Amino acid sequence: MPLLEVSNMTHFFGGLRAVHAYNLEIEPGQIRGLIGPNGAGKTTIFNLITGIYDPTEGEILLEGKTIKGREPNKIASRGLGRTFQTLRLWRHMSVIDHIKLGRYSKLDYGLPGAFFSTPRRLREEEKTTKIAMDLLELVGLPETADQLVTNLPYGAQRRVELARALATEPKILFLDEPTAGMNPEELIDMMKIIREVHQELDLAIFLIEHRMKVVMDLCELIQTLDFGEVIAEGTPDDIRNDPKVIDAYLGKEVSV
Amino acid sequence: MPKKIISVGKKIWATMTGWLKKFWSNFRDVPLISWLVAFSVTVALEIFIGQALARMVGLSKPPALFGVALVLDNPAKFLSAIIYMILVYGLPVGVIAYLTKGVGNQIAEWLLQFPLLLTSVVHLLLIYGVMHYWTSISDYRLLVARLAMISIIVTLSLNVVNGYMGEFSCSHPGFMALGAYVSSIFTVLLFVTDNRFGDALLPAFLGPFMFPVSLVLGGFVSAAGALLVAIPSFRTRGDYLAIISLAFMFIVKSLFENLEVVGGARGISNQPDYANLWTIFVWTVLAIWIINNFVRSTMGKALNAVRDGELAASAMTVNTQKTKMVAFLFAAFWAGIGGGLFAHVIRYINPGTFGIRKLAEVLAMVYFGGLNSVTGSIVGAVGFSLISEALRPLDIFKWIFIPIMLILIMIYRPTGLIAFREFDVAQLFQPKGKKDEEGVDHAAA
Repeated sequence: MPLLEVSNMTHFFGGLRAVHAYNLEIEPGQIRGLIGPNGAGKTTIFNLITGIYDPTEGEILLEGKTIKGREPNKIASRGLGRTFQTLRLWRHMSVIDHIKLGRYSKLDYGLPGAFFSTPRRLREEEKTTKIAMDLLELVGLPETADQLVTNLPYGAQRRVELARALATEPKILFLDEPTAGMNPEELIDMMKIIREVHQELDLAIFLIEHRMKVVMDLCELIQTLDFGEVIAEGTPDDIRNDPKVIDAYLGKEVSV
Repeated sequence: MPKKIISVGKKIWATMTGWLKKFWSNFRDVPLISWLVAFSVTVALEIFIGQALARMVGLSKPPALFGVALVLDNPAKFLSAIIYMILVYGLPVGVIAYLTKGVGNQIAEWLLQFPLLLTSVVHLLLIYGVMHYWTSISDYRLLVARLAMISIIVTLSLNVVNGYMGEFSCSHPGFMALGAYVSSIFTVLLFVTDNRFGDALLPAFLGPFMFPVSLVLGGFVSAAGALLVAIPSFRTRGDYLAIISLAFMFIVKSLFENLEVVGGARGISNQPDYANLWTIFVWTVLAIWIINNFVRSTMGKALNAVRDGELAASAMTVNTQKTKMVAFLFAAFWAGIGGGLFAHVIRYINPGTFGIRKLAEVLAMVYFGGLNSVTGSIVGAVGFSLISEALRPLDIFKWIFIPIMLILIMIYRPTGLIAFREFDVAQLFQPKGKKDEEGVDHAAA
């Protein structure tokens, strides 16, 4: 049984068909990519699967159980973590608090714990802090724990977002353009971290990316999207040589 | 020519702030406990020689609130008031705090080995002692101190919604009214014989013990009222809560105006005098402790996450609806408690008390003190209460002066005096001076 199964998903924004008959199967531990020109509907697909939009048609199964139309926080706590294309960090919060908040659904000291500092709360908060520090170690930012997130450089902010998503203990991780806006050094760091995360935590990863180098290096299978439809699917080599993909990116030759 | 004047003025300003800084650097390493000792000595001084000293400098009695009211009444007394203030407060506090800082730091160091609870109790007892004797001089001081502490509770609870959660709620006077009416009805019905509710149903000695019950009951009714606001307004973000909560405030007000059973526009009077200084002190400490616990927990931090990015919060497994609902009801609960205490301090409430002016006051305290900060709320509530009381002789001009002050604060510190800072009790009690750590100013960043 695949970890995540999306079948025949279609979504309309008013009269606009943003996604049409989209299918996806991700096995545990796989890294898959989703590419396509601007406006092809990649982020819409992410938002549909993670519950921000409710798909008009189709079915989404996570470990065999439907998650279609569930609230984003429920889907996230079922094991589907994500990052955002434009950074969505909380600007008044420290780095460690960001990552601790990823553990929100794992905390069960309840309201009594939140109002009174019960021993149980102290225990759980301490454990959460430890997990958060380990994750910061993993993304290579342990010394920034107490800094405000807005004081970090851009590449580091991206890594905080990744660590925050990992704190939710995802079985499958959605990365929306993880290297967008990064300089070449940051890009190489990020790819290394993604690989490490994949190996150490044994996650499935599904990523949107514009930089071909990243997609081709990381992914086992790639889908190409254009105008909401999958026009090509296969290994990096297949995709690289697929005429339809080249057409979608570069345009067709016009015969006079 | 004017340029020259401005440059000279700037120079004078710079030297003066320089002096102040230099002067203040002597007090950097004074721990809280030394300050408290210094204040208790001052208060003792005022009790024993205050009257005589006041006569000596030409005042009829010790000024009740730092002499501001006195001076506004009769500007000729300005010098006398200043001399009195320096002799009784300024000089002794400064000298004793400076002299005892070594011992104070040693005591604070020694207290570190005990659990935080004990250290807190020691400090709280000292604070209460100072307040108790400070207010023993005049009834007016006592009233101001009690109202200021109630303001802390109400301001802090509004800060949870407007600061930590980043919504704009206007219904706090409504919640206070619910709490005030419910607890008043409870105590007057049960323990007071009057012509509205008839004979007392229970013996009066039970009253003080049942008073907390009446407050908590009022708090819960407020929270239930908050549910009415929360259900329609938290489905969306933005201005809806502000509008709905404002409407709620007016609904509550006109509800009580038209309910003849509870006195209509005339209100309820004859509340028993249960809200004495120490009762309010205990409730205030409790409120600060619980609210601070809440906002510092990861569950409370979820409020900040909802404020700064709701989408990201929900992707991080935060149940945003529940989080907002809990915080709003929680805030309303404490506003209800504050209202109940208020009713038993003034011992007379009518619907008009909980109107737009109360709202302006509470909002001013929150934004004056600082958003997203427990310290800010305490400073805001106490500072604003004192300023507002001190300027009482100005009468209607008070409402020109205070808004101007608020506008200036909004211009120079848009998030308030002390915003976005965590209130860490352990740090507060620590011995000072070893490592000179400056708090990072997030408000300016």
